[in-house]
Amino acid sequence: MGEYAVEVRELVKRYPKNPRNAVDGLSFTVERGEIFGLLGPNGAGKTTTVGVLTTRVLPTAGTALVAGLDVVADAVAVRSRLAVVPQRVNLDRSLSVRNNLVFHAAYPGVGRAERGRRADELLDRMGLADKSDALVDTLSGGQSQRVMIVRGLMHRPEVLFLDEPSTGLDPQARLFVHDQIQALRAEGVTILLTTHDMDEAQKLSDRVGIVDHGRLLALDTPARLVRSLPGRATVEVTLARDGLHPQALGGELAALPGVERVEQLGPPTGEAAEARLRLYVDADPTALLGPVVGALGARGAALTDVALGEPTLEDVFISLTGRELR
Amino acid sequence: MTTARPIDTTRTSPTTAFLAVLGRDVFVTGKELPAFLAQVLLQPFFFLLVFVVVLSTGGFVSAGYGEIMLPGLLALNAVFGALQAVSFPLVFEFSYTREIDDRLLAPMPVYLVAVEKMVYAMLRGLCASLLMVPVGLLMVDVSWPVAGLLPALLMVVLGATLGATIGLVIGTSVQPRRIQVLFAVIFTPLLFTGSVQYPWLSLGDLPWFQVLSALNPLTYVSEGIRAALVPEVPHLPLPLCALVSVVACAGFGALGIRGFLRRALD
Repeated sequence: MGEYAVEVRELVKRYPKNPRNAVDGLSFTVERGEIFGLLGPNGAGKTTTVGVLTTRVLPTAGTALVAGLDVVADAVAVRSRLAVVPQRVNLDRSLSVRNNLVFHAAYPGVGRAERGRRADELLDRMGLADKSDALVDTLSGGQSQRVMIVRGLMHRPEVLFLDEPSTGLDPQARLFVHDQIQALRAEGVTILLTTHDMDEAQKLSDRVGIVDHGRLLALDTPARLVRSLPGRATVEVTLARDGLHPQALGGELAALPGVERVEQLGPPTGEAAEARLRLYVDADPTALLGPVVGALGARGAALTDVALGEPTLEDVFISLTGRELR
Repeated sequence: MTTARPIDTTRTSPTTAFLAVLGRDVFVTGKELPAFLAQVLLQPFFFLLVFVVVLSTGGFVSAGYGEIMLPGLLALNAVFGALQAVSFPLVFEFSYTREIDDRLLAPMPVYLVAVEKMVYAMLRGLCASLLMVPVGLLMVDVSWPVAGLLPALLMVVLGATLGATIGLVIGTSVQPRRIQVLFAVIFTPLLFTGSVQYPWLSLGDLPWFQVLSALNPLTYVSEGIRAALVPEVPHLPLPLCALVSVVACAGFGALGIRGFLRRALD
């Protein structure tokens, strides 16, 4: 047994016909029993990395271990130690919900009696007991998602890979899935979560790794990542645009004591009637309200809204990966 | 609950996984038995009805034609029954439904997933062909030599295997939006150049069509079954038919597994 649930060392994946490496020297470890969030914009290399870890993508260079086993050399053994809950429903449409679970557990050789018992137990726990005999096509998005989680748990995996677990779920279902993920962690299952949902990542993850262009940009607990941002808090001001130049105003605000950085939100020019500026401050934001309002007033800018905030993981993400659309 | 307790890995083996995946496919076929029977029996039944019953009643074909055609239909059912059992599901499993993912995560080497697909398809082709026998016997007057039954069964098994390997090649190389083209461009020519409806040696006056038929591996299955069941009809020698079928199985099988690995692993 290896020390870590997941260990990735200098992982490289290059696809033929693509000059850039999809994964470019990535290294990180996931502790046993941890919820690890892997974040990154589209095309950052998350899916490829998870593909390598789940034995579906062959690495070009580097090593990856899951449950202490090499994903290339011991691919077959690795498969019985992990489970994948994909973003897209890939349940077996020819089978009922319960048979999806029972057959899945038969592949790694879980005994017949135990398969049935475990399916019923897990369906009950996930609030799906009445869907046992339903065909997969009749399930809602949230129900399918929960069935896929149950399917993943059928063979008692050591590491569970969850890809965007709450995309498309209503708030109730999302909350339910979050509770279940936390319950699994309490039972010692290691979870590697890939998501775009920053609130979800911040709420669930013990540690977060942010990747872009196939490289790791940051890795720490969500709280420490947030604290690493310049400024401890933010002040967001919304102004009536009235021929003002938000950029010039931003420069002026950035000169105020306690303001570390000013970011312009929304489109820089155009027909929008309002301009929004976000100030990253390292002082108490309420103490800065006076000077900010004063500076804006001196310029004749009409303030329409002010919001004070703590920076979030999303701010960390954006500051590391930029604002451009992918 | 003790989710984290690992499973009893003593029972985890590629053989267990292989049999379990095969078990899943057989289970689904059992659930859809009427659909399966309709799929494998209806088309050959209508072939016999029109070519043997209807046309011979009108005097358009000779009375003995049924004896020539029935072995061809057994070959057709073996090859196409197997071919369809793997190609269509695979095209969709690799694209829209991704149902294949769950099997690719089963603890067995990826090539075994492809082998399972072929074994299952071969079994379906075998059933499709054997189920055709009673239907044919009811509609056609035949006197098959007992000594020919075993060689005929061997050719049926080879035909089903051949269909499974060709099906794997098609299933891993065709995009779902091209599936209609598949019928026109691949299935129809295969169906009508496979010596199903005519003995290959009777094509002496149509040499170009004889060459075309010789290129279709189905020809050797049809001729092999004919050689075994109706030896009085001029036919290609059985050993040649068996040999060509085996070589074709090996070739398409290797090509299919290569295609499968390419689709399953990035």
